[in-house]
Amino acid sequence: MEEFVKVISQLASGFSVSLILFTITLITAIPLGLLISFCSMSKVTPIRIFTKVIVWILRGTPLMLQLFIIYYGPGLVGWFNWSSLNTGWTWFDKTFDPRFIASIIAFAINYAAYFSEIFRGGIQSITKGQTEAGQVLGMTKGQIFSKIVLLQVIKRIVPPMSNEIITLVKDTSLAKTVGVLELIFRAQDFLDDGIIWPFLCAGLFYLIFVGLLTIIFNKIEKKLSYFKA
Amino acid sequence: MAFLEIKNYNKKFGELKVLKGIDLSIEKGEVVSIIGSSGSGKTTLLRCINFLETPDVGEMILDGELLFSDLESKKYTEKILRNKRLNFGLVFQSFNLFPQYNVLKNLTLAPTLLIKTKAKKLKEQLKGQGKKFLEIKKEIKEYVNSERERIEKEALILLEKVDLTEKKNSYPCELSGGQQQRVAIARALALKPKILCFDEPTSALDPELTAEVLRVIKSLKEGDRTMIIVTHEMGFAKSVSDKVVFMSEGIIAEQGSPKKLFTNPKTEALKNFLANTGDKEGN
Repeated sequence: MEEFVKVISQLASGFSVSLILFTITLITAIPLGLLISFCSMSKVTPIRIFTKVIVWILRGTPLMLQLFIIYYGPGLVGWFNWSSLNTGWTWFDKTFDPRFIASIIAFAINYAAYFSEIFRGGIQSITKGQTEAGQVLGMTKGQIFSKIVLLQVIKRIVPPMSNEIITLVKDTSLAKTVGVLELIFRAQDFLDDGIIWPFLCAGLFYLIFVGLLTIIFNKIEKKLSYFKA
Repeated sequence: MAFLEIKNYNKKFGELKVLKGIDLSIEKGEVVSIIGSSGSGKTTLLRCINFLETPDVGEMILDGELLFSDLESKKYTEKILRNKRLNFGLVFQSFNLFPQYNVLKNLTLAPTLLIKTKAKKLKEQLKGQGKKFLEIKKEIKEYVNSERERIEKEALILLEKVDLTEKKNSYPCELSGGQQQRVAIARALALKPKILCFDEPTSALDPELTAEVLRVIKSLKEGDRTMIIVTHEMGFAKSVSDKVVFMSEGIIAEQGSPKKLFTNPKTEALKNFLANTGDKEGN
């Protein structure tokens, strides 16, 4: 029993790290993804092409590789070392492990690239007629986007976004490779003592969390089902 | 000078010349139908009038004001275009209602947004007069609220006119095509355009739903409401129009009273067109 409590409490602390990584990635990758999607639809050809190349690289290489480059890269080229990073803000340095920061950056950029393609697809799938209807009614570009296009886009991208977000939950385990003490890392600790069942417990943590997310996304989908777009 | 004067409108898409020198004048209160086969440039002309496309050459004068000139068109900013567009209302072939809003909100959305813009201007004005913050806030709130009430009242009157009062809380997906198009007509009227345009308003409708939309359009022909209707419904064009314009290959081949065009077509193109639409007997 004592062992069980010990395992669960360690896993819980690992899961809280995973959860924070997940949350911060999500709230940074969504606006960043929106920005990238606008750039990839830009009328300025160099911006559009540059953005498409970046998205291609980010989606075309493994997230683990990107994580390595962001974590080890600056040290290898002699720029700075994440492990000895010192921002000078005591609170910040004490609260955040540099490994964790590097992971967030890698995750946010990578997921922003995926999100941007979902957003682009969603925005471009709204018929031109909706924009034109707004135009002939004297609306500004901003109003057309926020009052007409946005909610229709959201309705359309809920299913692909829920897919991507569920993948993110499990991808947080990749942060283990640069030494972030997330859930899988914590579960592996017990292998040295010859105990394997914590891994199964870790799986349960993911399952339950993904289950919750699924319920939330279904609710959103249902809430937006009052109109057809 | 006529109410609306279009002079020498030319429009190219790439190498394709769609409008080749359109001259058209329309009097106040006139209902003008534009007919012609597909690809003759009818819709492009209508879109140019509504500033959804920019003509390469030409000018347009509305009510004595130079609204479009090819010499200035490069300087038109979004804001300028927006104000120019407000002179016209446009009803689309595919309705283009906003699916996430109910019928009433479809009508009130644009006018309400315009009021908000006006309120911002008013706020600056009041600030300039050195009024206190709270006073300004109260005044703006009163202004917006009274305008909102007016907009909603007017929208309900419009819905009654298109016979959809009981559908005011329905969403577009719950309406038939004919009902959706009637909402779209009311929505275009809500901004009180000087000229109301229709781009093949019944082409996306089943035949049995066409009649109700045409009836509504006919009922709008009152007072001095000016309308331009691009249509394939010859019978309707004949009965509703004061003037019919026949377009062929980017030019206006013939125009005149419906009687003149339908009973006594002069050009080969119009004769062929009427023969093909099976409506040359005229009455």
